[in-house]
Amino acid sequence: MADVTPTPLMAVGEPTEGRLPSRRFDSAFALSGHWIGVILILIAWEVFARSGRVSPFLLPAFSTVLARIGADAMAGPLFLNIGLTLYRAFLGFAIAGLIGLALGVGMARSRAIAWFFDPVISIGFPMPKITFLPVIILWLGVYDVSKVTMIVLDAVFPIVTATIAGIRGIDHQLIWSARNMGARERHLIFHVLLPGALPQILTGFQVALPIALIVAIVTEMAMGGYGLGGAMIDAWRLAESPKLFAGIVEISIIGYLLVRGMALLRRRLLHWHSEGRTRG
Amino acid sequence: MKRGALLLFKFLPLLILAVLWEIVCRAGLVSSLVLPPLSAVIEAGIDLMTSGDLWTNGEVSLYRVAAGLLLAITLGGALGFAMAWWRPLNSLISPFVEILYPMPKSALIPVTALWLGFGDGSKILLIFLGCMLPVTLGAFNGARGTDEALLWSARSMGAGPLRVLRDVVFPSALPELMNGIRTAIALSLILLVSSELIVARQGFGYLIGTLGSDGAYDAMFAVVLIVASLGFIADRLHLAASGWVLRWRM
Repeated sequence: MADVTPTPLMAVGEPTEGRLPSRRFDSAFALSGHWIGVILILIAWEVFARSGRVSPFLLPAFSTVLARIGADAMAGPLFLNIGLTLYRAFLGFAIAGLIGLALGVGMARSRAIAWFFDPVISIGFPMPKITFLPVIILWLGVYDVSKVTMIVLDAVFPIVTATIAGIRGIDHQLIWSARNMGARERHLIFHVLLPGALPQILTGFQVALPIALIVAIVTEMAMGGYGLGGAMIDAWRLAESPKLFAGIVEISIIGYLLVRGMALLRRRLLHWHSEGRTRG
Repeated sequence: MKRGALLLFKFLPLLILAVLWEIVCRAGLVSSLVLPPLSAVIEAGIDLMTSGDLWTNGEVSLYRVAAGLLLAITLGGALGFAMAWWRPLNSLISPFVEILYPMPKSALIPVTALWLGFGDGSKILLIFLGCMLPVTLGAFNGARGTDEALLWSARSMGAGPLRVLRDVVFPSALPELMNGIRTAIALSLILLVSSELIVARQGFGYLIGTLGSDGAYDAMFAVVLIVASLGFIADRLHLAASGWVLRWRM
């Protein structure tokens, strides 16, 4: 119990020594295996669903699900649902990013702030935040405010801890030299601390973004209404299994695109960093 | 004594927040319908414990988590070791792992409910599916990272494959395996509570939901705090267990 400082990011995709965990995995299997794997899974799904061993209600064929997605895209609320879910996820993610960065810088620079928030974070991080959903609904209602609040509550932790770890890991020589050359705290933060901590901060963002998406979906499931999660829970209530599986496929694709997008952004933002250079 | 004082100092902020909570409610700054005072929440929590509602629902939830996690750790861990051990299996399964790993498992809540209904089965399946891959990945990466020199020396000293697995590969994979299990524990509670909030007729999440819709907010807050602290306690227990399991390391 001696050390209450938050232990490193523990959510999905825990980085070890600043490297993303998938890299080891990536290098073991060529990227082409990735797409072959996707195709294999889809073929296996189609064949198994059509084999008659399982009722189409429990597992509709992939082609049926695709047709359903197509129909929803043409005439249904697919894009409205995607747009709403992404809007909630990104809004919550952005707010969590701002709060997380501010709090992280504050905690890394001020003993008093660190003293106050250390126990809050070390207790809050491993908590299943979704438990607070009924409380947040009681306070803020069943609309976007409470969904976005839940997202912020969940996504802020990996960003705070990554920011603290990043800033604490910066070479002291850099900070001393900046100070020596007359940099004020504000300059220090924006020109030395944040850029120096950027690799770890981005790792925190990479962990937080999928969390934001999934919390958006789960809160939509719990509260109903428009959005990918709400559509899935409707499909379940009405026992429309193709629509339900369509939701799974849509969420997987969106989740994949978000993760890829963040990885690309990381590479762009870190092109000056040794990490970006070695990766080529 | 000094250690106790230090601990008190570290956790003082939480105490301050608790006192603040009580004061804000007592002073009438917020309605007790919005935030019941902490003392009322604690009282309601004790009532729930003595009336047995907490235990009947808690038992169900703990059973679901334990069963799902146990399945995920044994099967997921075994799969990870097997993939590291045998290359063909690795190239067969790793694409699947890589695709399914980032897929948000909470999206499966309605699917498992469609397959197995409102009861224990759907929660256990969900927790198993959600928690297996972090363990697999931990075991795989850990086993992959085994020092080759250790493998060679063990073999040259006449150790059979099973001995190598037990005495060399398993211990050196243990740190990463424990890390994977840590992620799995955190995920399991999230999946449990969210699935119980959305589709269940028993369990912690269900209890929170019904208390909330009955307007028993002090009791609802009590259960929320209990479940949330379970996450913290589980993490601390895991930390202690890791320290014990890895005590042979420097």
